[in-house]
Amino acid sequence: MAIFDKFQPLNDSHDFLKSVGQSPSELQFDETLSPTEAILNGRRTILLGTNNYLGMTFDDASIEKGITALQEQGTGTTGSRIANGSYDGHKALENEIAEFYGMQNAMLFSTGYMANLGAIGTLAGRGDYLLIDADSHASIHDACKLSDAEVIRFRHNDPVNLARKLERLADKPGEKIVVIESIYSMLGDTSPLKEMIAVKKKYGAYLLIDEAHSLGVMGATGRGLCEQAGVEDDIDFVTGTFSKSIGTIGGFLVSNVDGLDIVRLASRPYMFTASLPPSVVATAREALSRVPAATVLRAKLWDNATQLYAGLKTAGFDLGPEVSPIVAIRMQDAEKAVALWNGLLEAGVYTNLALPPATPSGWFLLRSSISAAHTSQQIALAVELCTRIGRELGLISCPLQSSAKVEMMNVGAPRKSSDSEAVPTSKKDDAAAQA
Amino acid sequence: MSAQPSPTDTIQSNPIYKEILEQLRPHAGADVVFGPDTVITQDLGMDSLAIMDFVFDLEDALDLSIPEHRIAEVRTIRDLVAAIVLLQKEA
Repeated sequence: MAIFDKFQPLNDSHDFLKSVGQSPSELQFDETLSPTEAILNGRRTILLGTNNYLGMTFDDASIEKGITALQEQGTGTTGSRIANGSYDGHKALENEIAEFYGMQNAMLFSTGYMANLGAIGTLAGRGDYLLIDADSHASIHDACKLSDAEVIRFRHNDPVNLARKLERLADKPGEKIVVIESIYSMLGDTSPLKEMIAVKKKYGAYLLIDEAHSLGVMGATGRGLCEQAGVEDDIDFVTGTFSKSIGTIGGFLVSNVDGLDIVRLASRPYMFTASLPPSVVATAREALSRVPAATVLRAKLWDNATQLYAGLKTAGFDLGPEVSPIVAIRMQDAEKAVALWNGLLEAGVYTNLALPPATPSGWFLLRSSISAAHTSQQIALAVELCTRIGRELGLISCPLQSSAKVEMMNVGAPRKSSDSEAVPTSKKDDAAAQA
Repeated sequence: MSAQPSPTDTIQSNPIYKEILEQLRPHAGADVVFGPDTVITQDLGMDSLAIMDFVFDLEDALDLSIPEHRIAEVRTIRDLVAAIVLLQKEA
């Protein structure tokens, strides 16, 4: 059909992926066993690419709250809060997320993507300026398209370049809103927050930070990079998601800027889509309530991240610039990147394959995201398999690491009915680990 | 295609045009012949990331910011010269 002709390059790329292995977009898990394991094509597979940072998806208390809300309030809201009104849980969750961040105002959105669309796309109007990082997430780019503001990019994590761009706008009327992310989703690198804040203050700009990948992950009580850097008072707007460390779905905007409520009547992604179902709100509330005290989980998460990063670095892989719960192997060769991803899948490790133009500097990325629910044995096995396959592909040249210390699990083997008993991180184990 | 400029085409003496070519060279293929009507994406084989890097370099060189929507409207080098001339007038 001619209407689809414009997608031919996309089709070609997809066909290439299918010709050499599995297509990431067509992957279908047979069963999810725990936050860290699933059955894929009949094989037990370690999940190392699901952003499930605290392993909350099988949290018993959250599940219980969700079931109760389902039974008492039904399966969905069937409309937006503007049209259908709010449920008590919506307002309660807004109060709780505002209190969590120590902010006056909060707004819920149906996803993290829509939180950025609804926040950025609305806060910046005609005559205003959005200054966005070059490595911004797609939701930020799409928000810019939704906004009538003029959009100017600055070099990734470069406060000097940002300052130069704000300087050029110094005499122009209109608000200037700088948009950054705490942890960038492809390479796992963090924003130089203090330097960015110094620039935004110098030029009187607003600062919006997306803490999607740092909520629950960074800071003494899990509030993210801003808490960790001790700069929360200098942040004007925070967006985030419940779909990663909170283990469900939904997005939010919090702020201390007076008058935020008017955004509810101007933000199309807030006004014209169905609100979060009561069960999702209930699970988010329960998981969020546990984040401040989840210090053991956070410590385990960072131990796991350090283990994976150090293991892959020692093996000789080219990684992102810093240890983070997102660990990405950078490759120049598309075929080898695809082969590594497929090889790991066949060996029983699921990661993410990220391809240009979605990646910084045109790299082909094997992106991993680590969970507190991973065992050190799972991480060690992932490092070993990655090293072995990477060596076979010529991506690295180091000798194989000894596998003597790796407690081999049944990962990658066809599933037997009795195997579920032997899963190292079962649903119950994960729930217990979080208690 | 790399269209040849007409003899009367004065754009080649424009300092902005010269700066664009200067900044394009490291990002485009070594054998590429530039002209005012060179289509930046198609003729130079530059993807969106390469264009972004080129724009950053050009912004530094000319000391101006080129907003996203202006870049989106640019097809040829000639278009880019016109966009920058306009931006300089607006500054």
